[in-house]
Amino acid sequence: MVSRATAQPASEKSTENSMSVDGNSCIEVSDLNLYYGTFRAVADVNMTIPRHKATALIGASGCGKSTFLRSLNRMHELVPGARAEGTVELDGEDVYAPTVDPVAVRRRVGMVFQAPNPFPTMSIYDNVAAGLKLNRSKIKKSDLDDVVERSLRGANLWEEVKDRLGKSGMGLSGGQQQRLCIARAIAVEPEVLLMDEPASALDPISTLAIEDLVQELKQNYTIVIVTHNMQQASRASDITGFFNIDGAGQPGRLIEMDRTDKIFTNPANKATEDYVSGRFG
Amino acid sequence: MSARSDSLTNSKVTRPSRAGDRLFAALAAGAGITILAVLAGVALFLIIKSWPALTAPADELPGNQSFLEFVWPLAFGTLLSAGIAILVAVPLAVGVALFITNFAPRKLVPMLSALVDLLAAIPSVIYGLWGIAILGPHSVGLQRWLYEHLDFLPFFKGPASATGRTMLVVGVVLAIMILPIISAIVREVFSQAPRSLREGSLALGATRWEMIRMVVLPFGRPAIISATMLGLGRALGETMAVAIILSVSGIVTFNLISSSNPTTIAANIALNFPESSGIHVNALIASGLVLFGITLVVNIAARAIIGRGVKA
Amino acid sequence: MEIAAQALPRNRRVPSWGPWAVYAVALVLVVVLSRATDLNVALLAVVGAILAGAAVYLWSRALEGSRRAVDRAATLAVTSSFVVALVPLVSLLVTVIRRGAERFDVTFFTHSLRNVVGEGGGAVHAIVGTIIITGAAAVVSIPIGILTAVYLREYGRGKLAAAVTFFVDVTAGIPSIVAGLFAYALFALFLGPGIRLGIIGSVALAVLMIPIIVRSTEEILRIVPNSLREASYALGVPKWKTIVRVVLPTALGGIITGVMLAIARVVGETAPLLVTTGLITSVNTNPFAGRMMNLSVFAYFQYKTPGVPPEPYLARAWAAALTLIIIVLVLYFVARLVSLRYGRTEIQR
Repeated sequence: MVSRATAQPASEKSTENSMSVDGNSCIEVSDLNLYYGTFRAVADVNMTIPRHKATALIGASGCGKSTFLRSLNRMHELVPGARAEGTVELDGEDVYAPTVDPVAVRRRVGMVFQAPNPFPTMSIYDNVAAGLKLNRSKIKKSDLDDVVERSLRGANLWEEVKDRLGKSGMGLSGGQQQRLCIARAIAVEPEVLLMDEPASALDPISTLAIEDLVQELKQNYTIVIVTHNMQQASRASDITGFFNIDGAGQPGRLIEMDRTDKIFTNPANKATEDYVSGRFG
Repeated sequence: MSARSDSLTNSKVTRPSRAGDRLFAALAAGAGITILAVLAGVALFLIIKSWPALTAPADELPGNQSFLEFVWPLAFGTLLSAGIAILVAVPLAVGVALFITNFAPRKLVPMLSALVDLLAAIPSVIYGLWGIAILGPHSVGLQRWLYEHLDFLPFFKGPASATGRTMLVVGVVLAIMILPIISAIVREVFSQAPRSLREGSLALGATRWEMIRMVVLPFGRPAIISATMLGLGRALGETMAVAIILSVSGIVTFNLISSSNPTTIAANIALNFPESSGIHVNALIASGLVLFGITLVVNIAARAIIGRGVKA
Repeated sequence: MEIAAQALPRNRRVPSWGPWAVYAVALVLVVVLSRATDLNVALLAVVGAILAGAAVYLWSRALEGSRRAVDRAATLAVTSSFVVALVPLVSLLVTVIRRGAERFDVTFFTHSLRNVVGEGGGAVHAIVGTIIITGAAAVVSIPIGILTAVYLREYGRGKLAAAVTFFVDVTAGIPSIVAGLFAYALFALFLGPGIRLGIIGSVALAVLMIPIIVRSTEEILRIVPNSLREASYALGVPKWKTIVRVVLPTALGGIITGVMLAIARVVGETAPLLVTTGLITSVNTNPFAGRMMNLSVFAYFQYKTPGVPPEPYLARAWAAALTLIIIVLVLYFVARLVSLRYGRTEIQR
């Protein structure tokens, strides 16, 4: 029942390989198992996340997509008792190697969360600058101004807030707050941007804005986006991975991963087909 | 996107954050350990300083008595005054809590709560001054009436004090002082009584009082018990109100309205410590240790009943 | 409870003005009787309330049935308990203001009791002492309290945290005089018996303040949403910086409120200072040398051991009491303002 990403048609595989030979910023996941204490939440994932593409992860609730996403920047281990076995290679370096500090990983793999969470005591400017100011104390004001403007432009928010950078971020609408969080995340220039259902708390117009933004962002960053919304996955992503769970108490597994159009029109796996045609989930 | 120059294992990135984390975590844990040390210190130093009095032969202590004989009347007075306080405070506190959570108009609730909490803000020395200057004299008439009509009860054997500086008045003042504490805890719990149960019973046609009896009071019972014990703990340790108001003769009696009263451990220390020396100081500290033990037991029991979810 | 057994059958109702009329009549009777006879006002008020309650109960029972009557009686009882609880508060405030006003003058705030017998003099040494002793206590207890709360909320797992939590609770229940005895015993062990210093009082007050600050800080840290911490971690910010630069600033309003409430609680403490700081009539600004006076101890001794005639001493005591209440009320009021301005709404928007 499990179909690995390696079971892709040969043509696709070769283009992928050529891409990963070129650049060195794709993520290679090998035999990843994620545990909460003794409970295995995600089992035996093997996956290649290609550079400068948007990869969507879909599947029913509780099948481990978010857990898996958080393992890519070592956020899942913030839960006490959580651990990972296997390797996740970022540019060829295993982020789970014993000598690696999770903090360093997170500076290169950023994250945007489901509910927008700007820092309430900081202004819009300070929010965007937070990643830089909290990590490196000596930055020239003019450099910081450039970074803030660049990030806000990158998140399609600059025009709307350029006259009120000093105001609190809490006064923005939901969609604007989420774009603020995206600006904050890209201000530290990560290579990968993880997005955990970034539009599920937003209205449809803001959702569309976020999806368009993803298309722009992928030119500069590698995007991995977890979504409940299949239409969103088919609209916004190039590659889609389908996660599923055998039954209650079982770990989640990656069932199939392929080009988005193929997953949604002609999936190789029966479970995938059932899910995307709405027979369950 | 340019290639990264800092790899994941670059120590320039990892080392400062690791050191900072370790230092801060140690600092935080150190603060917690300080508290353990403080409490251990309290017990330790009290025991060290009490030891001479605990082991002294009877003729060295004040009043030529053993330590047990010395401390027993004090403990009695402590328990008696606190007992009266609880008897008066708990029904009142429950009534106040019920009023604020179920009877008062919603918009007034913050203001009313603040008013009741104000009672807790007033320093105890001021309660003492008020008690001896106002409440005592005003209660003389009542105490005389109790003496004249109820003197078959050991509590009102009298004769009624002419100044009002009696155990009864002290008990009432203590009750006022602990009322806000009990009321705050009970109020918190009453307001969390499940809405569905409350509205359900009203929808079945119960009157408001019936709803309270069926839903709110049973729900709040553990909190009432625990709050009572916390209030008891506070009343046991209260010093200044007793020291100022009470007219003391040191005898052990249940008579609440006369001018010969036992005193409490805490008040006794306050009254005698400044001028004491030698073994007398040790005896006072030893009595403080006894008080500490009593309040410790009461407070632990209170926590055991309701756990830590409650502010006091 | 036999609710089903008793229906609410009666159609007649006690008019809504009914109970109020009864209370009004009772009030008038109480006032008249207290003037006409020499019966105690409080006694009359209590009897009047009981009789009025009985009247309303019987009237209601006749018209509306016993269930509603009981409900009315319960309402009266609960409301009365609230009123009874507030009477002492009002009486106390009125008393302190009236009696304290007599010496609430410039002299009181600018002079000490140095060389003063009888009239005149003031409490400036006590006010200065209060500020210094409480200030030193705050300096010690605020860092320890906040860091302990941070430890319990952000780091603590396992036995040490459980022990610390338990002991914070226990420390919260220490009677204030025992805290004073502890501080005395601690210093006496090193400096000999009979020692009296301002700093000893500060140590005793710190023991009382720390649990209050720990608990209130813990509470506010609990309210800070975890999503803020996650956002910070996801930016690659280490844990300690997240706490210091994100969590604590977000919680700052609540922390300040808790600190102010702790200060308000100990500024009026007398008992621990009686056994630690001694008596003095002049100003002393050094907590590490010599005795130090404090407002509450001042009030206590002025009242307890007045000279002859006692009136000036009593007047000073009440003025000190008034000053103390004003300080406490100001602290409470400002704490409330801070909590409204920077409180939960800010965090949970």
